[in-house]
Amino acid sequence: MNEQFEQITAKEQAAAAKFDHAVHVCVAASCLSSQSDKVLETFQQQLKENGHSASCQVKGVGCLGLCSRGPLVAVSHRDRPESSELYQHVTPDNTPQIVAALAAGETAADLVCATDTPFFQRQTKIVLENSGHIDPERIEEYVAAGGYQGLLTAVTEMTPNEVVDEVMRSGLRGRGGGGYPTGLKWTTVAKADAKQRKYVICNADEGDPGAFMDRSVLESDPHRVLEGMTIAGYAIGADKGYIYVRGEYPLAVARLKKAINQARRLGVLGSGVCGTTFNFQIEIRLGAGAFVCGEETALIASVEGKRGQPRPRPPYPAEYGLWGEPTLINNVETFANVPPIIRNGGDWYAGMGTAKSKGTKVFALAGAINNTGLIEVPMGIPLREIVYEIGGGVPHGRALKAVQTGGPSGGCIPEAYLDTAVDYESLQQLGSIMGSGGLIVMDETSNMVDVARYFMEFCMTESCGKCVPCRVGTVQMYHLLDKIYAGQATTKELALLEKLCKMVRETSLCGLGQTAPNPVNSTLRYFRQEYLDLLVDGERVTAVTTPEAQP
Amino acid sequence: MKRSQIITFKIDGQDIAAREDETILELARQNGIRIPTLCYLESVTPWGGCRLCMVEVKGATRLFPACMTYPQEGMEVSTVTEQLTTYRKQVLDLLFAERNHVCAVCVSNGACELQGLAYELGMTHVGIPYLNPSLPLDASHPYFGLDHNRCILCTRCVRVCDEIEGAHTWDVMGRGVEARIVADLNQPWGEAISCTSCGKCVQACPTGALFEKGKSVAEMQKRHEFLPYLALMREGRDGDSE
Repeated sequence: MNEQFEQITAKEQAAAAKFDHAVHVCVAASCLSSQSDKVLETFQQQLKENGHSASCQVKGVGCLGLCSRGPLVAVSHRDRPESSELYQHVTPDNTPQIVAALAAGETAADLVCATDTPFFQRQTKIVLENSGHIDPERIEEYVAAGGYQGLLTAVTEMTPNEVVDEVMRSGLRGRGGGGYPTGLKWTTVAKADAKQRKYVICNADEGDPGAFMDRSVLESDPHRVLEGMTIAGYAIGADKGYIYVRGEYPLAVARLKKAINQARRLGVLGSGVCGTTFNFQIEIRLGAGAFVCGEETALIASVEGKRGQPRPRPPYPAEYGLWGEPTLINNVETFANVPPIIRNGGDWYAGMGTAKSKGTKVFALAGAINNTGLIEVPMGIPLREIVYEIGGGVPHGRALKAVQTGGPSGGCIPEAYLDTAVDYESLQQLGSIMGSGGLIVMDETSNMVDVARYFMEFCMTESCGKCVPCRVGTVQMYHLLDKIYAGQATTKELALLEKLCKMVRETSLCGLGQTAPNPVNSTLRYFRQEYLDLLVDGERVTAVTTPEAQP
Repeated sequence: MKRSQIITFKIDGQDIAAREDETILELARQNGIRIPTLCYLESVTPWGGCRLCMVEVKGATRLFPACMTYPQEGMEVSTVTEQLTTYRKQVLDLLFAERNHVCAVCVSNGACELQGLAYELGMTHVGIPYLNPSLPLDASHPYFGLDHNRCILCTRCVRVCDEIEGAHTWDVMGRGVEARIVADLNQPWGEAISCTSCGKCVQACPTGALFEKGKSVAEMQKRHEFLPYLALMREGRDGDSE
């Protein structure tokens, strides 16, 4: 198998060496939505017409990161690798300009996007190491970039226990939001008794507003997730995996399907993985637009073909999961971290991050921030660095008000706490959560009551209706927030809102209901005055509110 | 899940001997300890949706639904605390405000489990705004009626129909507060071909949502005591119980 990988790698390198220049056009969802497929076509056509197609390679690649400047095109040169350029806002109309510059050995200066900025310099890429470099639709490029080496090592040189140990040693924690130690979860499933078989499920039902990390990984580097899942299957003794992708991600699904077929043909998936006796099949399951299906027990019900509703835990899926069998459920980003951990060792991974949160985290920057896009940073980086340096600060000269993390289950962190080092525990202490990685920046024009109302509306419409507190409580809380925002509520109603928040958090069945009050709680904690200012009988202050933590 | 070990633990200070496959709720009932429930129905799969049977476990930071939680050796469970009573009242508040529960004109007035619990917990008024939704009544079935205004979505009818009668006429459609009990593929009950008109759903329903035609205000008494016996007989006939 290793020889086969070497042959593929050699072939890929030889093919790339034939070209003097390489043009990489981003074809992930964001750039694609501003016609990067047309840009790619125009490039190919233009270079052909000008007779450069032999010396210049053009290919579609995964996400280049800085989505707000898309469509992005990266151009590199074989003879001067240090002077590669990134072009922003490329359209079919201005591609000739880039082609002309390329032919003349110059750069199209007015289209260049500076890459010496913190956005490009301060990141540490592990999950996104191949994003923007390889064509997501070709397994050969993934292999040439070191792909499937981790799997090969795992199945040919390690016992399943050693694989679990390596993940344990890495200190990797669930990237879906909960932060449960991945190694511990793997051990639990590995030790569980199966009546018939065990299962691996990849949770790709990313539904938080403003989050697009998993989507980008699936669209830019689908093989990485397949490899991670297959390693997990080997480690826990499963022979079947499911990827539960939301139906709103057709491009991710198409690329996954293609990737699964390619992996099967290469022999790194299916019967006899890498020539061993280990079998592993992966199937795709599509979600139908229910946010609650990201909750693991609801996800399992949905995979089984039932109505996507959660059930109380325990028993946890590790013990009683898909069709009653032990099941390992991890998020896309968690699986994407596994191949490099096996390739480089758990200690290497544990060398990054903070004491309790290891490695890196992918964040999707959105909202009132200059550099909207996808970043990967080591755990423990201060929020301020993410927002002001990597993110480029708040546009229109406005002041930053709060950073929202964790989606509808998370909370708002005010400006005063921006120096907090980002990890699972520190964010929880601030009343928010790490979540899956959505990071929404709000400026001074945002009203925090409105923000809380927005997230409550989201939870209300996404509640499955199984348990009373979430089904009816979210509606009541939404109505109260609506009334407060309209300036028609009294202090009594604010008190009722707080009472409901507590009750819904304590008594709801699943994570959706238990965390639905979080946005309200955290805005009340730091921006209580904004609520009071809107009450009919509240103690109003005229000055702009100052964030002040209340115990 | 095969469990057979016998353990001892405490409910409200009382020592209880239990098989590990018995839930806290079942054990409490065996020992004469009352825990309020609405969605729980003996002999069908527990649902865990009404959240009334939530209990406190010493040393745990969260609450557990008694109907779906198994005891562990040495566990100390409290079923009545000030906090729990407050939450239970709030659950009832939310239920009464969700749809149109007008006891005075309801067929089940006086025999309704929701109403009974309100009395039991000393509820004097509904503390939150009524949602007053506009809901239909399905009277297309020759013998029975379904009044969505009284439905609390406990899904007892769904489970009884599926697990005991084996017809699976009922199911839930829609999400959140928009969820509705539907017959077959959202057809009028009278046109649902899977319905055997056995009436078990009517007897299982805790409120006046499902009722027999011809019953007037306060005349609809529900009897579901025969269900465990029926379930036991079915189990014996199938030869393999779980």
